[in-house]
Amino acid sequence: MSVLVYVEQVEGKFKKSVFEAVSYAKAVADQQNTNLTAISIGNVAESELKTLGQYGASRVLNVGSEQLQQFVNQAYASVIAEAAQKEGAAIVVLSNSFSGKGLAPRIAVKLRAGLADGVTSLPKTDNGFTVTRTAFSGKAFATVSLTSAVKVISLSPNAFGVKESPADAIIENFTPDVKESDFSAVVKDIVRATDKVSLPDAEIVVSGGRGLKGPENWGMIEELAALLGAATACSKPVSDADWRPHSEHVGQTGIAISPNLYIAIGISGAIQHLAGVSSSKVIVVINKDPEAPFFKVADYGIVGDAFEVVPKLIEAVKAHKA
Amino acid sequence: MKILVCISNVPDTTTKITFTGDNTQFNTAGVQYIVNPYDEIALSRAIELCEGGKGTVTVINVGESQTEPTIRKALAIGADEAVRINAAPRDAYFTAYQIAEYAKTADFDMILCGRESIDYNGAQVAAMIGEFLGIPSISIIKKLEYDGSTATLEREIEGGKEVISVSGKFVASCSEGTAEPKIPNMRGIMSARTKPLSVADAKEIEQLSSILHFETPPPRGTVKLVPAEETAKLVDLLHNEAKVI
Ligand SMILES: Cc1cc2nc3c(=O)[nH]c(=O)nc-3n(C[C@H](O)[C@H](O)[C@H](O)COP(=O)(O)OP(=O)(O)OC[C@H]3O[C@@H](n4cnc5c(N)ncnc54)[C@H](O)[C@@H]3O)c2cc1C
Ligand SMILES: Nc1ncnc2c1ncn2[C@@H]1O[C@H](COP(=O)(O)O)[C@@H](O)[C@H]1O
Repeated sequence: MSVLVYVEQVEGKFKKSVFEAVSYAKAVADQQNTNLTAISIGNVAESELKTLGQYGASRVLNVGSEQLQQFVNQAYASVIAEAAQKEGAAIVVLSNSFSGKGLAPRIAVKLRAGLADGVTSLPKTDNGFTVTRTAFSGKAFATVSLTSAVKVISLSPNAFGVKESPADAIIENFTPDVKESDFSAVVKDIVRATDKVSLPDAEIVVSGGRGLKGPENWGMIEELAALLGAATACSKPVSDADWRPHSEHVGQTGIAISPNLYIAIGISGAIQHLAGVSSSKVIVVINKDPEAPFFKVADYGIVGDAFEVVPKLIEAVKAHKA
Repeated sequence: MKILVCISNVPDTTTKITFTGDNTQFNTAGVQYIVNPYDEIALSRAIELCEGGKGTVTVINVGESQTEPTIRKALAIGADEAVRINAAPRDAYFTAYQIAEYAKTADFDMILCGRESIDYNGAQVAAMIGEFLGIPSISIIKKLEYDGSTATLEREIEGGKEVISVSGKFVASCSEGTAEPKIPNMRGIMSARTKPLSVADAKEIEQLSSILHFETPPPRGTVKLVPAEETAKLVDLLHNEAKVI
């Protein structure tokens, strides 16, 4: 019996969401009085693998196989399930990233494991095994009972935080039994804007709506975001009109996010928009209409014209940083 | 070409979410049901790929008889035929198993789902179908081209996109960008009434998870308004009071 956490690498590095998943998995392992093992797939330097020890991984299984350099969910699921079986892992944890979403369900089927995804809190074990996850696009939380012997938990970004519990991680090579049939999907190309903060795991998000009038006015949104180390987002009509890419659209039919701070500028706060952002910890709304529904769910607000308020806010943030 | 599109029946996006039975059941009173918005995108792409007699689109739903209006809506949008697996979906594992078992009975070139259902938001069904059938699954795509044997898909990744090519059968879950959702026209609505909708029994499979109860998020306090000229005060509040910057 142990806990296994899958640590997703991007170009050989781990991101904050991975350290969150390891911190969470360590807390789960402590609950179960067992140790935490991590599994990494792809080319990652030993020094990077060692950092997982800081968050409580006592062993790291390193799968460096040439064939597995690129993420193919079918093949990665086979490797992780194989490791879980060899380790006798009762609980498999991973982060609910884009790749995690394609991976967790396959692992669950292989292990005949109950799967809870978008999980926001530690399991409760006083009455079976239950976890809380988001449902109805953030309009509710559901308590899910996992009744299978093996369980898979996919953790929501920004829900648990990073917690240090230093251990010395022992790195071991793990050679999986790879099947040719797992590789019928082939990755042809990866395009990644490395200079931008990625939206799903951003701690701060600056978002613009139709109130900004046109794509030419996004300069100030990007400037504010860059100053705050934030990702940029938008409402649906904005991406529908191609002012911004679809990948920035948040809400019920876009990405659901839960940053520490969400700044909504020129967005009315329609129910479908709120669905994807209401689990943000702090919400700031800037809107010229004092009756905009968004103010009802905001923590802080400024009633005013974005074209006057945002430049002043940029100055204020600059002054604060100086 | 034969395409299977998985359709879930979900509460309209404006629904106020409440619960009954001591918060154990979603309150369906007065709720309007729709085709899950992402499934509409998947269906629209399937119809585009089959246009001009290039193929047929079958929609499948795992649900009890009350989902039939939603299935008819999918037929009105342009699907050729529909199948309903007669069971209340218990969880994604159950639903995906039913769809995979049905898919084994017919020779589909691809199976399209939505990226997630907007009620339980599992984003699980598509990849589970892939695993049950032992075929590739590509989650959260925003583009799908098909030349009759090889598909080229674009999948969303953090901060970018990945281009994937698949020869042979596959499952994909569609998000925005894959297609513009089609709106049923009068002819579609008329013909939907007579298009075939068959009903099949569900197969038994073990239950691995269940929802015990729901909670709605605690209401936020009232908003603290800051005058428009005092942006420095807002920054101060965010730093010292909310501690988020
Ligand atoms: C099935 C379905 C799914 C949907 N899914 C989503 C979703 O996922 N995400 C989403 O965002 N929407 C979604 N919508 C759309 C949603 O209903 C709203 O139409 C949309 O969120 C409105 O976008 P907006 O707030 O940018 O624009 P508007 O509603 O037009 O609001 C613009 C706001 O800007 C303010 N404003 C104007 N000028 C200024 C200025 N100079 N300074 C400051 N403020 C200004 C106005 O007061 C107004 O409040 C969905 C709708 C449907 C039917
Ligand atoms: N009951 C169902 N019947 C048919 N397809 C479904 C059902 N539930 C979910 N799906 C499909 O699976 C996708 C993902 O759903 P989920 O895993 O529940 O988020 C949906 O967009 C549908 O395409």
